[in-house]
Amino acid sequence: MTDVLKTDGLSKSFGGIRAVHNVNFTVAEGELLALIGPNGAGKTTCFNMLMGQLKPTSGKVYLHGEDLAGLAPREIWRKGVGRTFQITGTYQSMTVIENVQMALISHHKRLFSILKYAHKLYRDEAMSLLELVGMADQAERHCAILAYGDLKRLELAIALCNHPRLLLMDEPTAGMAPKERIGLMQLTTDIVKNRKISVLFTEHDMDVVFTHAHRIMVLNRGELIANGTSEEIRNDARVQEVYLGGGHLFEKDEDQINA
Amino acid sequence: MSLLIAQFLTGLANAAALFLVASGLSLIFGVTRIVNFAHGSFYMLGAFIGYSLMQVLPGFFGFWSSVLLAGIAVGLIGVIVEMFVLRPIYKAPELFQLVATFGVILVIQDLTLMTWGAVDVLGPRVPGLKGVVRILGEPVPQYDLALIAITPFVLFALWYLITKTRVGILVRAATQDREMVGALGVNQAWLFTGVFFLGAALAGLGGAIQLPKGGADLLMDFNILAAIFVVVVIGGMGSLPGAYLAAVLISVLNVFGVSYIPQSTLVLMFVVMAVVLMVKPFGLLGREEVAGEHGQVGEPERPFKPAGKKGRIIVAALLLLLALLPVFGSSFAMVLVTDIIIFCLFAASLHFILGLGGLVSFGHAAYFGGGAYVAALLVSSAGTPMELAFLLAPLGACLAAVIIGWLCIRLTGVYFAMLTMAFAQLLWSLVYQWDEFTGGDDGLVDIWPSPWLAETEAYYYLTLIVGVGGIILLRHTAHTPFGYALRASRDSSRQAEATGIHTKRVQWAAFAFAGSMAGLAGALFVFSKGSIFPTELEIARSFDALIVVFLGGVKTLSGAVVGGATLELVKDYLTRFEYWRLILGVLIIVIVILAPDGIVGSLRKLGERTGLLREAEVSK
Amino acid sequence: MLECKNINSFYGKAHILNDLCMSVDAGTVVSLLGRNGAGKTTTIKSIMQMVVPKTGQVTFLDRDITGWPPHKVARMGLGYVPEERRIFTDLTILENLEVGRQPARDGSIEWTIEMLFEIFPNLKERRNNRGKELSGGEQQMLTIARTLMGNPKLLLLDEPSEGIAPVIVEQMAETILNLKAQGVTVLISEQNLHFARIVADRAVIIESGSLKFDGTFLDLDAQPEIQGAYLSV
Repeated sequence: MTDVLKTDGLSKSFGGIRAVHNVNFTVAEGELLALIGPNGAGKTTCFNMLMGQLKPTSGKVYLHGEDLAGLAPREIWRKGVGRTFQITGTYQSMTVIENVQMALISHHKRLFSILKYAHKLYRDEAMSLLELVGMADQAERHCAILAYGDLKRLELAIALCNHPRLLLMDEPTAGMAPKERIGLMQLTTDIVKNRKISVLFTEHDMDVVFTHAHRIMVLNRGELIANGTSEEIRNDARVQEVYLGGGHLFEKDEDQINA
Repeated sequence: MSLLIAQFLTGLANAAALFLVASGLSLIFGVTRIVNFAHGSFYMLGAFIGYSLMQVLPGFFGFWSSVLLAGIAVGLIGVIVEMFVLRPIYKAPELFQLVATFGVILVIQDLTLMTWGAVDVLGPRVPGLKGVVRILGEPVPQYDLALIAITPFVLFALWYLITKTRVGILVRAATQDREMVGALGVNQAWLFTGVFFLGAALAGLGGAIQLPKGGADLLMDFNILAAIFVVVVIGGMGSLPGAYLAAVLISVLNVFGVSYIPQSTLVLMFVVMAVVLMVKPFGLLGREEVAGEHGQVGEPERPFKPAGKKGRIIVAALLLLLALLPVFGSSFAMVLVTDIIIFCLFAASLHFILGLGGLVSFGHAAYFGGGAYVAALLVSSAGTPMELAFLLAPLGACLAAVIIGWLCIRLTGVYFAMLTMAFAQLLWSLVYQWDEFTGGDDGLVDIWPSPWLAETEAYYYLTLIVGVGGIILLRHTAHTPFGYALRASRDSSRQAEATGIHTKRVQWAAFAFAGSMAGLAGALFVFSKGSIFPTELEIARSFDALIVVFLGGVKTLSGAVVGGATLELVKDYLTRFEYWRLILGVLIIVIVILAPDGIVGSLRKLGERTGLLREAEVSK
Repeated sequence: MLECKNINSFYGKAHILNDLCMSVDAGTVVSLLGRNGAGKTTTIKSIMQMVVPKTGQVTFLDRDITGWPPHKVARMGLGYVPEERRIFTDLTILENLEVGRQPARDGSIEWTIEMLFEIFPNLKERRNNRGKELSGGEQQMLTIARTLMGNPKLLLLDEPSEGIAPVIVEQMAETILNLKAQGVTVLISEQNLHFARIVADRAVIIESGSLKFDGTFLDLDAQPEIQGAYLSV
């Protein structure tokens, strides 16, 4: 397996405060890699550096061996990296299908075209992406009135518009009910398997992480403190201390049931 | 050397009033998120009220009590404005409130005219401070030294209030999240009113305190507006020390400007601003986050599609009616409709960037007047044929928009708005002061169309074809990928950037396009009137377009067109009365309060409620 | 102590709460459960009158507070802790607490900054730091402390466990139990049944803005079909 993404000593400081320090990892082809850690551990900062929103203080990011230094998010996107956001960033004034068409127009580099009507362009392609994420029946609905879970699925469809090789998903299931979470992650798993996409995602729901991730990395105070399979991470003493906790919640829970 | 120091001291003294007014504006904006256009009016009221008080209160203490009382009086007027005009519309889209404050400007203008008449008054000399002090041999007025001494105390008192007291903490908290402050048990209504009182009182103080150095006249409201916006932008939004620094900088430079380069005094401060912003985009002491985004105004706009059959038939019928106007209408009607179409095109071009792009430009007149001046100058100075000049006007406006856009687009929110306004003022002052080339205040006259277009009827058809054509082109563009990319950049610049859209470039292109269309309107305008004056570049002209877009309804292009037609008609009717500004101002305020979605938006909602229009889908 | 009688609330035209009835007794912790979009946040906002119910009544301490401005509701003794935390990021911790300060009412505990720092030792360490310099967990603690500064008789907590690390969720549970021991009444909206079970005495389940279940967790365990239908666990 070849590495899709590789970071080398990735670090970021904000005014002297170390947000991310010397983070090294690789994402292999077809891999679902989870990045977990407490709030403020630097997950989003990490993501923003991978996607070009933030410039690293030091360190490099390589995509298929190519240095991404100095590239803007839109340029990294054109190299085949898709992204979904923790707080969805869809176009509220458009319909569902227009949201997808917009990304397709961008992918086909016709942003400055002023001859054709936009809503007639790439309709079929957009529709098939919506079918893929199960949103075809809502194609003509106004994006501003979609349920939250549907917005997340729409964002996934948008992220697939440029046939990405790598997908970065920042808390893909935040704010969703447990059943929806499993559904969305199952969908993601199927899509990436069929299309041979690698995924790096952050997540707080440990059920989702332990069920779906092939490999898990734990970030704490800007540093990677663990990197391994579900089993290894679950039993790692440091991870339990800083992130997973002692599992008191579940113990007490059982006590109550037993009582 | 001694002269330089004396000039520096004069500048420092002049900074006092500027700082007081600007800090009030900054304070009000910080908490209420309202860019209070009426702030210049508060300043003017402070000057007039202070003047009247000084006539009755004699002596040294009389003077200073008059200044204080003027501040308090203007503060109370501010409270009235806040309670009766702004309070009902805090829930309306934020920028809509701008329009209301513009209505307040008009009302205060006419009320001042009624009370004090159309005379310029000179401020009294201050008893006890009439003399001069010799510093290094140069005379420096005692009053200047008093002002120099007072201002730092005001700055310190304000700074203490904001950073150290409970009220200050609440004000800062409300700046960030008013609703949450309310949910924690703080009566935010009174907090807002209090801040408005303080802000208005500072403006009033500023007006009164400058009386001995200046005076009071009816133009001082608009005259100071650009200056205080520049100060706030240079200093950094919401920073009191920044406002002080910037006020000093501007005033001192102005004094030197008057002495050494008297031809460019007006231009100077805008050049300074442009330089500062290129180095520090958020002002000397400003911070990024307070400025806001190029956001959408109010609830998300609904998806739109090109007009259906029914819509096209209605528009075609309306156009047919307009085309037949020369057959049944008087030439007066043709002139009126010509004016209306030109104004609608101007407003529609602003709607393109404001409505679709979320780019709130306060200086759109730069391109309207700019286009008009390009055409006029080509004809008068270069003897260019009218047809060629007409075609080059939008190109000239486009060029201006490309340059100004490049400088402005990097900023967002209020900074963007104020910077666009400042550049419009820069253009205005260039035209105003460079009189050997532009005719200055006297304008350029005798700019008539070629003989084949000289008849009212022929020019009417030209306007109809070009004007309506321009509006249709704007509408068409909104539906193309370019228009969609512009909306996408507004809706979520993060998502747009993450999917390959160079949002700044899209916005820049849109800004240039809108500028050229405004320039086209300007070309139509100049040949229909046969003359052009600097007023077409003024802040008031930019505000006209802004008001029309908001009053008509910012969500649809038809809003801009309907609003443009309405305002032009209403103005045509009202200007026959002496106090037409008062009536127009009240009218604007009433519309803002009663129809917060704009004319078209409110009609649409009314139609939906009564079942005449199909209801939009709502979420469950 | 608090009672909602047949309240109907709307967001724009969307009908969110549908004849909702529920109550909270003094001294108890009640958890408001339901899946995403069931109307939990709207219920809390309707109690605070940040969303004013179109019909129905909200009574608190036997007074009808429907339609009151939120600051008067807060002064009556209702403390609101929003889901999105909404701390004042440019203000220091001490300043944030100052915004929340309200005089004590008879019958409520009078919180002092020192007492709060005892419960939230992290905040004490960083009391002069600005809100934006805090971690997510610290911000969550600060929102609760800030609201307690208003000496509320009833605390409304909107999804306190959402989006924070499991280890902080545990601390949060301890904090809530601690508050309960001090006599604060709490209404807490949650999606996490485990969490709710630990902290709450009673469960109230809503779906599509209507009450579906009201009882103890033992009652709830006896009706697995309710859990299946409304909680998607």
